Amino acid sequence: MLNIVLIIIVSFLFTGIIDRTKNKLTGRKGSPIMQPMKDVFRLFWKGSVFSGTTSFIFSIAPTIYFTTTLTAVLMIPFSNSAGIISFNGDFILFAYILGLGKFFNIISALDTGSSFEGMGASREALFSMIAEPAFFILLGSLSILSGQTSFLHIYNLIYHSNLLPVYVTSLIVSVALIMFILLLIENSRIPIDDPKTHLELTMIHEVMILDNSGFDLGLIVYSGFLKFAIYGSLIANLFMTANNSILQNLLIFFGIQFVCAVTVGFVETFLARYRINQNPQIIFSVSSIALLIFIGVMILNGKFN
Amino acid sequence: MRLNIYKLSFQALIFFIVIISSYFSINALSGNRFEYIVYGGYVFDNIPLRIDALSGWMILIINITMLTGSIYGMKYLKHYEKRKANLAMHYVLIPFFHISMLMVCIVQNFLAFLVVWELMAISSFLLVILEYWKKETINAGLNYMIQSHIGIIFLTIAFIWVISQTGSYDFKSIETFSAKMAPEMGILLFVILMIGFGFKAGFVPLHTWLPYAHPAAPSHVSGMMSGVIIKLGIFGILRTLLLIKGNYLIIGEIILLVSVLSGLYGVILAIVQHNLKKLLAYHSIENIGIIGIGIGIGTIGLGLKNDFLAVTGFTGGLLHILNHSLFKSMLFYGAGNVYQATGILNIDRLGGLIRTMPKTASMFLVASLAICGLPPFNGFISEFLIYSGLFAGLKSESFAFSLLILLVIIGLVMIGGLALFCFTKAFGIVFLGSARSEYSKEPKEAPIQMLLPQYLIAALILAIGLFPQYILKLLLNPVLLFLPQLSKNVTDVYFAKLSVLSSIGFTGFIIILLFSAIYFIRNRVQRKRVIEISQTWSCGYTAPTPRMQFTASSYTKTYSNIVKPLLKTNKTETEIISIFPIEAEYSYSFYDKMEYLLIDKNLKLLKKFLYKLDFLQNGRIQSYAMYGLFFIVLIILFTYMEYLSKFLFDFFR
Repeated sequence: MLNIVLIIIVSFLFTGIIDRTKNKLTGRKGSPIMQPMKDVFRLFWKGSVFSGTTSFIFSIAPTIYFTTTLTAVLMIPFSNSAGIISFNGDFILFAYILGLGKFFNIISALDTGSSFEGMGASREALFSMIAEPAFFILLGSLSILSGQTSFLHIYNLIYHSNLLPVYVTSLIVSVALIMFILLLIENSRIPIDDPKTHLELTMIHEVMILDNSGFDLGLIVYSGFLKFAIYGSLIANLFMTANNSILQNLLIFFGIQFVCAVTVGFVETFLARYRINQNPQIIFSVSSIALLIFIGVMILNGKFN
Repeated sequence: MRLNIYKLSFQALIFFIVIISSYFSINALSGNRFEYIVYGGYVFDNIPLRIDALSGWMILIINITMLTGSIYGMKYLKHYEKRKANLAMHYVLIPFFHISMLMVCIVQNFLAFLVVWELMAISSFLLVILEYWKKETINAGLNYMIQSHIGIIFLTIAFIWVISQTGSYDFKSIETFSAKMAPEMGILLFVILMIGFGFKAGFVPLHTWLPYAHPAAPSHVSGMMSGVIIKLGIFGILRTLLLIKGNYLIIGEIILLVSVLSGLYGVILAIVQHNLKKLLAYHSIENIGIIGIGIGIGTIGLGLKNDFLAVTGFTGGLLHILNHSLFKSMLFYGAGNVYQATGILNIDRLGGLIRTMPKTASMFLVASLAICGLPPFNGFISEFLIYSGLFAGLKSESFAFSLLILLVIIGLVMIGGLALFCFTKAFGIVFLGSARSEYSKEPKEAPIQMLLPQYLIAALILAIGLFPQYILKLLLNPVLLFLPQLSKNVTDVYFAKLSVLSSIGFTGFIIILLFSAIYFIRNRVQRKRVIEISQTWSCGYTAPTPRMQFTASSYTKTYSNIVKPLLKTNKTETEIISIFPIEAEYSYSFYDKMEYLLIDKNLKLLKKFLYKLDFLQNGRIQSYAMYGLFFIVLIILFTYMEYLSKFLFDFFR
């Protein structure tokens, strides 16, 4: 249960910290850290406008999107305590459950019959498809080290493998880097997508939800916050060991999440968004870096002899 | 009236066949083999009829699809009621087709097998060309017919080879053959058989008939073809695997490579298709690839003596055969509903059907989710099993092998992602938004007889997705068949897998529960708020029309730019040359590059050669008489070949 509570706490703060970082870096005062969450709650109590073109798909999709994200939260371990759903191969289910949410998000965008939202839907479907292999290569490589295929074991056994600490550290840092890029892609942030852009033509995720309003929009926005926290904890888990006391682990958990949020802020301030037609190459390159990690793991395991 | 009686008796006949064969199949699945030897006379020799667990599993799949297909077809064929003769033929052929498929699973005599295999091909060919007055239909049918016969040639070659070495017509002689010959010969035999069966299964590059035959056939027949006929190709490969004793590692790697190629190529082409049924047909190739990956992993497991690999691979592959037959036939029925309601299959001209056909749309959605392998539906279960096999295989001794497995994993992930891309397009463009062209008549919801089979399949899909552990118990015997070194260990591995699957089912329940709870809260909260119905947001533009919507082509534009090197693009363009504007036109379509390179180009060469012989057919009776005479002389010479050669030999010595 602890992991769920922690992820929800982080999800309340993550976007606020990103915004605060960006504000500070650009020399503005900035809004309170809880402001994004307050906006979500305000949305929950608002009425909504539906397009006359939409069908029941449009009204169930945000709920399904939120449900799948929440189910994914249930699968994330915290150090050596497993998530509520944990079994061998749970990360496959994790990826596919997020896929279910994506499916509904995409078809709900198509449901409006808008040309803008179709565009966003097409991009989201394509880019998330291209980003998917990186995640599987990463976890596959880590599962070679641990010999197990559940989140819990993969994370716990990295430290128990009989490798030199220096290798383990460099491995973990590089895995964390790729995970961080995946976090940016999955949450539609700069440099892949710009959530704050003013032009519909250049959006990916934001353009898909142009027609959502009220409670549904609140659910979608909050799912985004949750996704941040999920990927953040996937990264944080890399650095937590079972040997630490729970207090140390908590410290690592919040510390890493904080670092992630601040880094996102830095990236968003100092980088511009890539051109959309170059996105596929960039996302593909993430998979190829992941492939390097796989080869690295193979070398560490002495498979080249 | 009389037609109705025929129809009823036809339905009764199908039911009868289903009940009888299901009895045998369930018996076999619970571990009792059935064996009966019929003496087939001088020509056939003994014909062994064997129903083992694998046959039982296939019979079960055939029965489910035939049952739903025949119920669906009864109503679907109402459209053709005026053509009584054709209909009668069609109704006669379906039981014929059903029985020939069942016999394929049972008969284990080379010659008799070829006969029933041929019967299946011919009866399905005749079912496909119901709309024979359309040129494309006949072309597609003939294409199918010819290609399945090329497949039969390969089977015949392999069978003759085995018979010449062992002298027995029994399937078991493959076993003695592979024990007797060098292991390389076993692999060669397997490859020949795999090509023969691969034509039916639709492995790339033997797939080219499939995207023509499926759209040309009436929807229930497409469902049956995609649901079961192509699976019988897989069955053939599985049967061969059971009999052949060779280097399983290499055989497994061959299957694995071909399957990944099929899976990726199938889905890559599926996305750019604009004909709904053609899109589904390409998806069948993709799913054959997924099944093949499972079987390949299982075979490699046999080669490496790794129980876990073998069990997960074969279980995943066998389960995916059932799963695919369920959701693919359902998708074809859905496409049939759309076709009968609108008369259109071009995705770009459809749209907004969810408002007039909500039930069809929901069923299509369920099947789409299942085919994308998303939980909590059945597709995920089999894909999960295959994935767990692959991830277990990753931790191997050699780097090359690990890399191969990793590439297969990447392939499978890409297949999943592309399938999601494809079915968001198929469902989103066909059923959502508003109509992209004027329908000639207001589309109406399909009648209950056409929806009922889809409800049935949807229930099965959800049942497998939520209670996978039960279906796995049914699969125990077919899987154990592949692991003859039956140790207690294997069953243990199997049941350990079972507990994992039950937690997937559990997650499915969590999703459903959470969804209902949140949706309930949402509706409670929303009830007190102001809900407005308005226009879709169009950036402030006030007069959007349906033509401004995203179409299937625009949805896949970015994608098709990326995969362009793999496709052949046909473009027609009117160039504007004069000063004043003229009527201009621009269109492009994608064509299967492999078909172009392997079939079309070679056919052109063949035709070029054959045209050179054109002078022979000159219409003069005198020359024809001369050909006849020439032929007779040739025959006589051939008969005395031996003497002749001896004579010539002596003469010149």
